[in-house]
Amino acid sequence: MKTPGKMLPKIIGFIFRKPVTVRYPKERLTPPATLRGKMKFHLDRCISCGLCARDCPSGACTMHEIEAKKRPVFDLDYCTFCAQCAESCPKDAIEMTAEFELAHYKKGEAIVK
Amino acid sequence: MGYVKLPIGPQHPALKEPENFTITLDGERVVNVDIRIGYIHRGIEKLMETRTYTQNLYLVERICGICSYAHVYNFTQNVEEILGLQIPKRAEYIRTLFLELERLHSHFLWLGVAGHEIGFDTLFMYTWQDREVVQDLLEMISGNRVNYAMNAIGGVRRDVSQEHRKKVLESMDYLEKRAEFYKNVAINEKTILARAENVGILKPQVALRLTAVGPTARASGISVDIRKDDPYASYLDTPFEVITTDTNDVLGRVVVRVLEIVESIKIIRYLMEHLPEGDILKKAPRKIPEGESISHTEAPRGEDIHYLHSNGTEKPDRYKVRTPTLANLPATAEMLKETYLADVPIIVAAIDPCMGCMDRVLLLKDGQEKPGELISGEQLRRYGIKWYAERGWNA
Ligand code: SF4
Ligand code: SF4
Repeated sequence: MKTPGKMLPKIIGFIFRKPVTVRYPKERLTPPATLRGKMKFHLDRCISCGLCARDCPSGACTMHEIEAKKRPVFDLDYCTFCAQCAESCPKDAIEMTAEFELAHYKKGEAIVK
Repeated sequence: MGYVKLPIGPQHPALKEPENFTITLDGERVVNVDIRIGYIHRGIEKLMETRTYTQNLYLVERICGICSYAHVYNFTQNVEEILGLQIPKRAEYIRTLFLELERLHSHFLWLGVAGHEIGFDTLFMYTWQDREVVQDLLEMISGNRVNYAMNAIGGVRRDVSQEHRKKVLESMDYLEKRAEFYKNVAINEKTILARAENVGILKPQVALRLTAVGPTARASGISVDIRKDDPYASYLDTPFEVITTDTNDVLGRVVVRVLEIVESIKIIRYLMEHLPEGDILKKAPRKIPEGESISHTEAPRGEDIHYLHSNGTEKPDRYKVRTPTLANLPATAEMLKETYLADVPIIVAAIDPCMGCMDRVLLLKDGQEKPGELISGEQLRRYGIKWYAERGWNA
């Protein structure tokens, strides 16, 4: 039957439904285990090979000499969270965590060393 | 009565992306449409020449936010073709799963946008809620809702576990019910029929002549679908049908997409039930030998073509992308003729345009006598300042 109001029963049903969104930040959804969030860097495992910086698509991961050791530094302002660095690393020195709340005020405040 | 020329865009509240439609009107009736593109060219093809193949995986993905996977699939298929690399069967199935999940969420999204364009925002809210189900699946498997970063050259980066499979199958049951509901709504709801029936007619001969692709062509009764015509990924194994309608109007385009959702669900079920065991990634060299390759896939919006020329180094020599929207634009100009101004938004939306992915550099010729001229960014800046100063517009 070609009438308006095909969706009416659904619409009325929605009045009694709980909202789909949660009251962030009081309530939080759990991110999936696969999420690529802020990375964790294990300095002791790193062998200074530079593969991570070479494969990073956005220039977020760059090599620096700190305390006489060449090692990567990650600037999250540039990071696309692709996890290519973690994958390229032959020593598993980079690990992606599920931390995603990374908002900050100034450029250069979110640096992972 | 004289004709009125109405410029819509490049910046206009009705447009989501900058493009220009100059519409010649006779009263309310559209006489002619001139579409001008080139406002959001991003130079991705050129940028790709300066990056390694690994880095390009993530750049190609950002050509489009909706059909990002179709692009990255094309890219990896091109590289693997030149390498002569056969990827593991399990990886092929997972890639197909992503191609289809992407089609699902793209079609749900489009259905909502179409509803919004005709002032039926309830439909918009509903379909976007269902789209979330697909997005959750994508996030669960890949870790991202958009730009999944799933592909690597030689396979996929993440595996589909037993729980993932179960969850995908469960969600498909839910989405199938929803698709049935939308089918019922699309062909019976008066609000939609009044705006979509016999609007934006595209005759089959015209569609063929103007190279329409994807759902736009299929709604004009042309059975083109790269998945069937030149099967890639694991479409040869999966049973599905090419959906066409012969109404040639916007309603046809709605029906085609809703029925394609049902077909996608069928494909995903098959993939999940027959997922082969084995590896998901084969190691690929960094340097790609000299060669060229062309790859095309059926993206949610139609045929997406990528061309790669490699020169034996770590970086591509030339890369070229032709997205479906570009192929559909000439047909859009045709569809708009002899319609009413109020129908323009829904007719344009019916091809599911994605201007950002499609954009080209345009060389504008000033009238007849002055040839085009290439100027630097600095020259352009100075030209702009002068242009405004001449009109006394600067602050
Ligand atoms: S996650 Fe990707 S973008 Fe971020 S530092 Fe690693 S490689 Fe670079
Ligand atoms: S790839 Fe791994 S081992 Fe090599 S420099 Fe980077 S973090 Fe260190």
